[in-house]
Amino acid sequence: MVTPTPLEAGLLEAELLEVAGSVPDPELPVLTLRELGVVRAVHVRGTNAADAADAVEVELTPTYTGCPAIEAMSVDIERVLRAHGVRDVTVRTVLAPAWSTDDISPEGRRKLREFGIAPPRTRSASEPVPLTLGATRTHAGTGTTEGEPQEPVRCPHCGSADTELLSRFSSTACKALRRCLACREPFDHFKEL
Amino acid sequence: MTAPSTDTPAVSAALALGDDALVLSHRLGEWMGHAPVLEEEVALANIALDLLGQARVLLSMAGDEDELAYLREERAFRNLQLVEQPNGDFAHTIARQLYFSTYQHLLYARLAAGDGPFAPLAAKAVKETAYHRDHAEQWTVRLGDGTEESRTRMNRACAALWRFTGEMFQPVEGVDVDGAALEAEWLASVADVLRRATLDLPEGPRSGAWTAGAGRQGLHTESFGRMLAEMQHLHRSHPGASW
Repeated sequence: MVTPTPLEAGLLEAELLEVAGSVPDPELPVLTLRELGVVRAVHVRGTNAADAADAVEVELTPTYTGCPAIEAMSVDIERVLRAHGVRDVTVRTVLAPAWSTDDISPEGRRKLREFGIAPPRTRSASEPVPLTLGATRTHAGTGTTEGEPQEPVRCPHCGSADTELLSRFSSTACKALRRCLACREPFDHFKEL
Repeated sequence: MTAPSTDTPAVSAALALGDDALVLSHRLGEWMGHAPVLEEEVALANIALDLLGQARVLLSMAGDEDELAYLREERAFRNLQLVEQPNGDFAHTIARQLYFSTYQHLLYARLAAGDGPFAPLAAKAVKETAYHRDHAEQWTVRLGDGTEESRTRMNRACAALWRFTGEMFQPVEGVDVDGAALEAEWLASVADVLRRATLDLPEGPRSGAWTAGAGRQGLHTESFGRMLAEMQHLHRSHPGASW
């Protein structure tokens, strides 16, 4: 095993980050891990005689601390990197800096919407989620009152801004359950974190 | 197995915070199949899952997570007595959630702002606990300002658990926060929610010789032993078993 030069390592790492990031999310398979923003880095720890990566360490960050998908993600990342010729893959879970829904790429947001899940709204500050009682319904005018998120949660089916919260917790920890008041369809909302 | 004998402040703090999360996670899990409506079942399961994730990180800082969760005796657990209290009716569960999630959210916000060993976890968990706190506050208002029956039950639950709330603000070695300031903020927040819910602020003592609260010293209430027996029996009966 040979230690690569910084330049070689950088090129290899960028390539392997693409490979690791191409893994679909186990619970939201329309998104890749890169679009979800959970693969933080790939470090090449050693190369083989053909200058290909031999040992790599992947930094993966959980969406929620208790997200059970992280184990499936680790296994999938190991599998694709092994298939790419890497012999020794270590996936390390990192907590800091904490993942935020702002880490989901614009492409990821578009795919979520097309999949029928309202994407998270962009948060303006790094503050924790603002706590407001009773603001369960959004409409086109949402955001004009001080302290409210900037934009309404739109129905991913018909696009209406007039939607209401049914439950803050839905099929997975990262989603809330809402209902559209225009088309009456219930839908999941990837809640801001 | 007893608690690790070479407790550093960081280890004992990780045990205290980790056991809070583990035990409350298990209690909330007991609602599965029994919650009043499907949405609430899902909500309680999600909150339990967040807490379980926090417990795994924290207990791993103190030792082997599985050994600590499944092989310790009752006296080696360092959780607050509040979180081990039985679920009771739904009002009791919500009152327990209100008291604990407010505390946990305020505590983690402080830990996240510091540079101690818990800062990375707290920075994640503070965002999760914000939702737990919001959930508990909304239910407290809905039940308190609801029917005569729900109001009566919510008042009863808030009063019954009040004596367990003083323990949250006792100093924990390795947790570098100002307990008095935390308590003042907690009290102001809980009092405000209870007022909006048209509920009574309980009057009984929250700390002192005749109140409860020695969980951090390993002294637990009667129902905790039964909870542990159920939580641990599979692991103890089939050591090393896997799916």
